[in-house]
Amino acid sequence: MSAVHDTPATGAGIDLAPGEERLDGSGVAQGVRGYLIGLVLAAVLTAASFYFCFSGLIYGPAIPAALVALAAAQMGVHLVFFLHLTTGPDNTNNALALAFGVLIVTLVIGGSLWIMAHLNHNMAPMSQLMDMQR
Amino acid sequence: MTAAHAAGSNSLASGPASKRVYVGYGFWIFILSDMVMFSAFFAAFAVLADATAGGPGGRQLFNLTNVAWETACLLLSSFACGMASIAAASRNVLWFHLAMAVTFVLGAAFLGLELKEFAGLAADGAGPQRSAFLSAFFTLVGCHGLHITAGLLWLLTMMAQVVAKGFRADILRRILCFTLFWHALDIIWVAIFTVVYLMEKIP
Repeated sequence: MSAVHDTPATGAGIDLAPGEERLDGSGVAQGVRGYLIGLVLAAVLTAASFYFCFSGLIYGPAIPAALVALAAAQMGVHLVFFLHLTTGPDNTNNALALAFGVLIVTLVIGGSLWIMAHLNHNMAPMSQLMDMQR
Repeated sequence: MTAAHAAGSNSLASGPASKRVYVGYGFWIFILSDMVMFSAFFAAFAVLADATAGGPGGRQLFNLTNVAWETACLLLSSFACGMASIAAASRNVLWFHLAMAVTFVLGAAFLGLELKEFAGLAADGAGPQRSAFLSAFFTLVGCHGLHITAGLLWLLTMMAQVVAKGFRADILRRILCFTLFWHALDIIWVAIFTVVYLMEKIP
């Protein structure tokens, strides 16, 4: 019960709207700085994606995995620096909603690929299926 | 009982969430559901990526220079949109309109590049009716393009509303929702240029 009282009255426990940033002191300069960092990181990660696709620096079969990792990193950069998502107590609802969204997206994409790969593998070719229908 | 009552009054000290918080949160839920819808299109594309029906595949069709320009436009547009949200937060009308105008021009440039690509594909006989792969491609990328189009109209509406009504609380909430929407579209584009364009082009 007493744990409820631990939230300080300074407003740190009050929820923030998604996309909103809690700035202290020089608001504008600090805000612009955050977006600039995000822009540079996103540009570097994008350039890396385009470069590693053809550079030959990465072992061929590992290129898809590298591209997925770079894309995930860039999405994280966008979430943190553009959408200001944090793990702080004022962002609990926003982060939990995102986590649920990521779960569903993973299930839909991963599940579809998994099932369809096995279907293709285990099913007779379409021509044979057509013959069976006759 | 007293403890519970005390807890209740304590949470009242911070108060119920402000309208800005729950309007933004509701729109955040919409954006996440939009991402779930996009995930179904991504799944369809990934499953059908090899179903070219003897027609051309992504390797022959896609022009990565065009994609790089599109990516640059959208990323810079997202940055400009962030500048607009800072301008709105500091109630600066001039900077808000400037940043929103830059956001619009870059977003429109993205859309123009995308339409040019679509028209080129259709002219080469690689329209959505050519193969399951191309159907999935046009559905996924076209759906993102439709979102961008809607976003551009919304952007102009917000500029007009700031002119007509100023930075009222309800207008600021709409600006918040618009920035969420625009940044989310850039996140989806990251997935598109990776999965659709780069993956298809891997040597």
